[in-house]
Amino acid sequence: MDVLTRVPVREQEPAVRATNFEEVCLGYNEEEAMAEAARCLNCKNAQCMKGCPVSINIPGFIAEVKEGNFEAAYHVISESSALPAVCGRVCPQETQCEGKCIRGIKGEPVAIGKLERFVADWAREHGIKPKKAEKLNGHKVAVIGSGPAGLTCAGDLAKLGYDVTIFEALHQAGGVLVYGIPEFRLPKQKVVAAEVENVKALGVKIETNVVIGKSVTIDELMDNEGFEAVFIGSGAGLPRFMGIPGEQAMGVFSANEFLTRNNLMKAFLDNYDTPIKAGKKVIVVGGGNVAMDAARTARRLGAEVHIVYRRGEEELPARKEEVHHAKEEGIIFDLLQNPTELLVDENGCVKGAKVIKMELGEPDASGRRSPVEIPGSEYEIEADTVIMSLGTSPNPLISSTTKGLDINRRKCIIAEEETGATSKEGVYAGGDAVTGAATVILAMGAGKAAAKGIHEYLSNK
Amino acid sequence: MYPIVRREKLADKIYLMDVKAPRVAQYCEPGQFVIVKIDEEGERIPLTICDYDREEGTITIVLQTVGASTERMVSLQEGDAFEDFVGPLGCPSDLIHEDIEELKKKKILFVAGGVGTAPVYPQVKWLHEHGVDCDVIMGSRNKDLLILEDEMKKVATNLYVTTDDGSYGFKGTGTAQLQELWDNGNRYDHCVAIGPMIMMKFVCKLTKELGIPTVVSMNPIMVDGTGMCGACRLVVGDEVKFACVDGPEFDGHLVDFDQAMRRQAQYKTEEGRAMLKLQEGATHHGGCGNCNS
Repeated sequence: MDVLTRVPVREQEPAVRATNFEEVCLGYNEEEAMAEAARCLNCKNAQCMKGCPVSINIPGFIAEVKEGNFEAAYHVISESSALPAVCGRVCPQETQCEGKCIRGIKGEPVAIGKLERFVADWAREHGIKPKKAEKLNGHKVAVIGSGPAGLTCAGDLAKLGYDVTIFEALHQAGGVLVYGIPEFRLPKQKVVAAEVENVKALGVKIETNVVIGKSVTIDELMDNEGFEAVFIGSGAGLPRFMGIPGEQAMGVFSANEFLTRNNLMKAFLDNYDTPIKAGKKVIVVGGGNVAMDAARTARRLGAEVHIVYRRGEEELPARKEEVHHAKEEGIIFDLLQNPTELLVDENGCVKGAKVIKMELGEPDASGRRSPVEIPGSEYEIEADTVIMSLGTSPNPLISSTTKGLDINRRKCIIAEEETGATSKEGVYAGGDAVTGAATVILAMGAGKAAAKGIHEYLSNK
Repeated sequence: MYPIVRREKLADKIYLMDVKAPRVAQYCEPGQFVIVKIDEEGERIPLTICDYDREEGTITIVLQTVGASTERMVSLQEGDAFEDFVGPLGCPSDLIHEDIEELKKKKILFVAGGVGTAPVYPQVKWLHEHGVDCDVIMGSRNKDLLILEDEMKKVATNLYVTTDDGSYGFKGTGTAQLQELWDNGNRYDHCVAIGPMIMMKFVCKLTKELGIPTVVSMNPIMVDGTGMCGACRLVVGDEVKFACVDGPEFDGHLVDFDQAMRRQAQYKTEEGRAMLKLQEGATHHGGCGNCNS
């Protein structure tokens, strides 16, 4: 075996998977996982751990996998992460743990994400649960939002003996893991629901259908319901639109709406009531992971799909693996182009877009080369569906209904990075609600830091 | 789970239900709405809050069957439960934030169309409880489809009932009734119109001519109802608004109704269109662009 290359992971064939919502990556089996684990050099000063936002003891768990001690490996991971089956699948490992792996200098880095995923899947299949706190400490903490930040914070606090209740606005827990990331990347029942069950197994209560700021406010939770501390992990769910003519036409969606219909409401399944329309020819505007998810979803619903992105291939913010998968599935990339207007037919339905070509100008202050329109290069493309995937910002519902909670001009909650503490005593925040749209693992890291911050606050109170 | 503690058939295809939802009942205000999902496979349906009982922890909703989902919902009986019931959502009616003494000086008119009577009722009731007078025009296609007439009689200062076919009360639309009241010398400082979009559009057209500021409650397609998807977006003045968080009430003279009606029809299937045509008859032909008649 060549130690410079990683053990390949089995995947569904592109032609087959472009027609179904089954998971693309099939993951390692026991032999493959042990063989891949054997490539780890077990560094004393492990660089990979520095790349992990929740500092999983990576060499520690891989050493157990190498020996076939999968249950022990799971407990090593559980010390640091509440959602390993999720992170192993959706983290951008190439810029985190795997990006720092010494093996990556000469060859391919160790497939840390795929190993983490293997261990978590193995544990689930063998009924292994994380270890619960021995006894409760009598303190009540409320967690707002059941996305990656909230689940992590709740899990960590429960392990410390806190009585934790998560409040979730939607009817199902998981945040972006259930409404945003599609089934073919992150199976909902098998993986997400199981991870949520694991958090519940730690003693965490989850109350769905509660919109904080509407059903009840944070002040009321603290004053009337006995919560001594609150963690806000409400994310950044407010979609942005371009503000160009034609955007209100029928057939124009935010990626959030399109993905929510498909993922949370399961519109792709016949026996579910929520409808979805993908049309025959779809334009997805944007180049992030959400754009890839929307494009690949529309493809699976039977459409020809174009990604229209104003910068070039190098600048695509999506993970390399996602771009690669999208291309394999037949998604067409129209790069260095930007819509200036959506064309609308006499019935009010979108029928295409007026698109202008772009070139990259000089790097700006942040070092990014900003796209500049090429005059006179406009042309029209046909489409019966347009999906806007331009990013999201935090919903102001919570900040506007909580007294004394400071936000910045981007409507993000201001919180200390180390502890998650906000301007309001006893209230902590983390994840996209603080940073704006980022990654699952950064949200988990923030949830973890806030759990520590809340523990210190309540211990010294 | 959210149990149904009372179920009543108000008219053909129109049902009233009291649903146990203590958190919603504790904080809801007139003008707000809930989103209801029947079971795992169900879709999320927005419904306005028709009444509430904070002590009992119940919310009253009124639903009209217009398609497969609502058909399934009204098949639930007392003792059955909705799997999901979330709220209160949206902003409360502006009226409840105004100074009561100022309100008492105003002549307020409500125009309710069809099941729009249900969201009008809690506002009129609230005003009545706070000693504010208001007139109500409530209209429906015919006598059999009228709902909440007795309840409304108790809280409205003057109640004007209209039917399109003249089978009861004034013959004609709510808009025509308003015109007649105006012609007879009645004057109003403020109007609230709630009903099918086409009805709100025509009320607004008239009140604009008459110079009566008018608030409408918009009912676009919604998914989450918390501001995260923009399915319910509409154009008000020059701005794009999300009805679920910025509304559902807006200045009716600034709403682009034609656009909103087209968007509302976005998911109408052939079957759904046939069903609507059957039920709403002439009221559905407001130029939504999807009907062939």
